Amino acid sequence: MSKPGTGPESGGKSGEPFIQLLTPAGVRVADPHFDQWLADIDGDRLQGLYQDMVTVRRIDLEATALQRQGELALWPPMLGQEAAQIGSGRALAPEDFVFPSYRDTGVAWCRGAEYADLVKVWRGNAPSSWDPYRLNMAPMQIIIGAQTLHATGYAMAAKFEGAETATVTYFGDGATSQGDMNEAMVFAASFQAPVLFFCQNNQWAISEPVRVQAQRPIADRPPGFGIRSLRVDGNDVLACLAATRESLERVRSGAGPCFIEAVTYRMGPHTTADDPTRYRDPNELEDWRTRDPVDRLGAYLQSEGLFGEEFRDQVRAAADAAAAGLREACTSLPEPGGLEVFDHVYSGPHAVLERQKDHYSRYLAGFEAAEGGR
Amino acid sequence: MTTATTHMTFGQAINAGLRRALERDPKVLLIGEDIGTLGGVFRITDGLQKDFGAHRVVDSPLAESAIVGTAVGMCFRGFRPVCEIQFDGFIYPAFDQLVSQAAKLHFRSRGRVRMPLTVRVPFGGGFGGAEHHSESPEAYFLHTPGLRAVSPSNPQDAFVMVQQAIACDDPVLFFEPKRRYHVKGEVDLEADLAAAPPLEQARIERPGRDATLVAYGPLVPTAREAAEAAADEGISLEVIDLRSLSPLDFGTVAASVRRTGRLVITHEASQTGGLGAELAAGITERCFYYLEHAPVRVTGFDIPYPPARMEQHHLPDLDRILDGVDRVLGRPNSLSGLED
Repeated sequence: MSKPGTGPESGGKSGEPFIQLLTPAGVRVADPHFDQWLADIDGDRLQGLYQDMVTVRRIDLEATALQRQGELALWPPMLGQEAAQIGSGRALAPEDFVFPSYRDTGVAWCRGAEYADLVKVWRGNAPSSWDPYRLNMAPMQIIIGAQTLHATGYAMAAKFEGAETATVTYFGDGATSQGDMNEAMVFAASFQAPVLFFCQNNQWAISEPVRVQAQRPIADRPPGFGIRSLRVDGNDVLACLAATRESLERVRSGAGPCFIEAVTYRMGPHTTADDPTRYRDPNELEDWRTRDPVDRLGAYLQSEGLFGEEFRDQVRAAADAAAAGLREACTSLPEPGGLEVFDHVYSGPHAVLERQKDHYSRYLAGFEAAEGGR
Repeated sequence: MTTATTHMTFGQAINAGLRRALERDPKVLLIGEDIGTLGGVFRITDGLQKDFGAHRVVDSPLAESAIVGTAVGMCFRGFRPVCEIQFDGFIYPAFDQLVSQAAKLHFRSRGRVRMPLTVRVPFGGGFGGAEHHSESPEAYFLHTPGLRAVSPSNPQDAFVMVQQAIACDDPVLFFEPKRRYHVKGEVDLEADLAAAPPLEQARIERPGRDATLVAYGPLVPTAREAAEAAADEGISLEVIDLRSLSPLDFGTVAASVRRTGRLVITHEASQTGGLGAELAAGITERCFYYLEHAPVRVTGFDIPYPPARMEQHHLPDLDRILDGVDRVLGRPNSLSGLED
């Protein structure tokens, strides 16, 4: 199928093959099968992918800065995973439905999330961010792997309705150890559900390296469930784009579920509360820097004569605008009111909760009365 | 208006209610282990797959978390899935999907994603089951905001309430008293759902003056028998069938306790942190000056559900309930003279 590249050591013995269309040095590798999925990727689109990756990296760094400055309670950086998220995210159709984890900022960007949507949860203003039915993307999931079952159920329902949409779920290497993930693959295979499982193997589940999760490459597991699986270079945006497009086509055509393991690297901490220097060899990070997904596409653009000063200025301006937009959206979020905690627990009346709300509103009113009398 | 009723078992009434829900709304879908070809281990879904097809009555692989988790995903697409958990003690693998997902998604999504999910749970003991087949896990779910929980005690309620649970836009745990599946009763199959009592409303099963006896699900018939026996001794018990376990209908119980001044609560589930504790606390807060005695709980003990030949010691029965009634009335009882 593809001329295999050589993957880094991960999830089993070293040098497991994966699909690579762009080498770490930015050299395009021809692939008779996957190249056909990139036929429309001209210079403008390549530049668009680059601008996307630079923009989400800048958003990610700005969010980390906002956390350090006390504006966000927490942030889960996706630094290093830009190619996996932009490549797969740009392969999706608007009507596809996405069930993400909490580190899928780049995917949310591709789905059209607004700046406030990216930080509202992490500032603590709301229990979720975007409107799931505007983005066709579920609220981000924090329980590891739980969303893989939701995606499978959504895909089953779509299939029962005869709809030709695909459902995509994002998760990490750690999630593959969870029961829900394995149950999702059983159900997806049993019902031939039109779902794509997109695993970002970023090598680390907080401090647990992937070798704790998997003794064989993660992509070796789905075939045992009867699910077609690909292993791609997750730092190669073209490989991620082509593999996701190809898999989605299979999924939509009724060929059953597909699985992609995107081999990438979490260059930052698990979250801003984490300290990877306690468990990670700094040489490993330096090694992965040589495979940086953004630099790689930049080098390719350069070699194609698509990386002129005007384009670079445009990209810089777009990233600056995104960072400023994120900061402005974050700091201008309205403070939630005290009684909002009672909203949306149930879809209709609930006598016990209404009594609690009534009592708490009386309690709050007591403070207002005291302040009014001052 | 005259209505012809049909004589049927509790189990058949649930089956009829599920059939109505499947007929009424193409988005209703049943999913669970052995519910299709076999019709369920209790035959509650008997014949439904044959009539509605394998895409509406779905035989699932053996994975409870996936049964509930995929149903959550179906809710995202506007479905109204009805999950069957084969036995009470098998619900725990699905606990995260119920408590962290189904219960919270309406809140998490600020009301944008609805979770009209029903989870049917045959529950309770008294039929000689193996380990994990006779449990009463309801308290775990009463403690979870975002979930509703109900338990019918008779065929008519079973028929109506299962349809109301499916029509409800919140996740509802539907606890079916499995030892009463074969109890027969009259069911009005033309019952108008809109005119039926709301799902969250308790019912006074038998009016009385001297004490309020609250039960739900499998112990409602036992409580009624206890009230009949007490009447022979000149004691008038008001029996309340809670029907809704979450939210609790404090209004109906409090109004009763204000009349009787005494409250006995009975359930099969173990005592600590149970529904009886919540009801006793809530009624004490609301009715303290009306109470003539502390509320009395007659419940299963704080033990793992015992083997079949021991379960009669664990389950509240007519005599244990009457002993609790004696206590609340200050009559001689098994704990007379005991200080603590």
